[in-house]
Amino acid sequence: MHSPATLLPLSVRDVVFTAGGRDLISGVSLTLEPGPPTIVLGPNGAGKSLLLRLMHGLLRPSAGRVAWEGPAAQNRETLRFGQAMVFQKPVLLRRSVIANVLFPLRLRGLDGGTRQERAMAALQRVGLAGMAGRPARVLSGGEQQRLALARAWALQPQIVFLDEPTASLDPGAARQVEEIIAGFVRDGVKVVMTTHDLGQAKRLAGDIIFLHGGRITERTDAADFFAAPRSEAAQAFLNGQLTW
Amino acid sequence: MSTIQDSFILALQMMWQLDSELLSIIALSLRVSLTAAVIGSIIGMPLGACLALTRFPGREACIVVVNACMGLPPVVVGLIVYLLLSRSGPLGPLGWLFTPAGMIVAQVVLITPIVAALSRQIVADLWSEYEEQMRSLGLTPLGAVPTLIWDGRYSLSTAVLAGFGRAIAEVGAIIIVGGNIAGYTRTMTTAISLETSRGDLSLAMALGIVLLTIAISINAAATTLSNVSQRVHSGA
Repeated sequence: MHSPATLLPLSVRDVVFTAGGRDLISGVSLTLEPGPPTIVLGPNGAGKSLLLRLMHGLLRPSAGRVAWEGPAAQNRETLRFGQAMVFQKPVLLRRSVIANVLFPLRLRGLDGGTRQERAMAALQRVGLAGMAGRPARVLSGGEQQRLALARAWALQPQIVFLDEPTASLDPGAARQVEEIIAGFVRDGVKVVMTTHDLGQAKRLAGDIIFLHGGRITERTDAADFFAAPRSEAAQAFLNGQLTW
Repeated sequence: MSTIQDSFILALQMMWQLDSELLSIIALSLRVSLTAAVIGSIIGMPLGACLALTRFPGREACIVVVNACMGLPPVVVGLIVYLLLSRSGPLGPLGWLFTPAGMIVAQVVLITPIVAALSRQIVADLWSEYEEQMRSLGLTPLGAVPTLIWDGRYSLSTAVLAGFGRAIAEVGAIIIVGGNIAGYTRTMTTAISLETSRGDLSLAMALGIVLLTIAISINAAATTLSNVSQRVHSGA
């Protein structure tokens, strides 16, 4: 479904992010490879959302380096549209449901017919095809998040960053969103996501990055992590003892 | 009381008979103020959007100045535009003093800061909501301007209406620059001012009724627009 040339791996080296005189991310290094989802866990304020934004390029690191090292990273177009991000509170344009999906496709320069086709396919995939003409902002929270995912999916990205996509949803809506995320994974899209739902992390994760106080305390295969995390912070977190 | 009643009845008669003087005054008023509103919006909206989205030294000062200019005294603007357009002034060769063109210039000066200041606030609010998504899609703030203007169109049209409302109701600037020449630069407000001082209250009253109707319609339109936009986009 995508061009064979890939953006990944993404290399993060000694990244520091400072705001208001405090290091919110300090000395983080990691490499993201294609493969099953990477889930970023950690208590509130650990810097999970910041890390996602730094990797996506929404924030510039105060020090260190974030670089796409795959062959496709030379292509500006792929660099721009090969990665997408979905936010905890989806940002929807004051337009119809389908216009929200068409918007990035137009930015990408696709012709009208292709845009329409892809947008409808994306809406069908998330179960919103019947609501294509509705104003996006009257949708329920779960529908809004599914629309945001459809918009990301329509761009056919190689990697998606999902910042707590189910945090404010009821269990039913969360399950639908999780199903869509699983669909991304089946399509070979690299998913990088933060969540507070440990059950969800177990179901989706290939590996876990545990973040505490702006540092990575460990990065472990999901099965090993949930069996026995190596770092004390992660052990305390899983036992519900780590508040911040 | 009877003066009010008499002139009110006379006024209704003039309106009913579509008095030609009355109509020409209304037409000129609308032409001048609508043109000024269009030009003021063409200048003011992008200016407001730029102030909302760009960062440069002195930006805060610019915003303060633009906001303060929302309350420019019309007579002072009239005086300054008068000096600029007068024969010996820098714009004298245009020959716009005591013409509708000169009146439009004066009203553009009054309106532009209003549209700019309101647009800046509207675009800034919208951008703070859209910013991460737009950046995520690789749009720069200036690249997002068309999207912001389109998505903010209901709110922005209330900014244009506010500018037009100010222009159509204003007398100080156009009476100085236009000179209130009968049949040429006489508008509703300048005519009301003149006829009242001359004691011809019926024409003044008729114009007053029309002006009030226009002012109320503008406000109703603005309210309807913002209601529509809220109904269409409620939630979130």
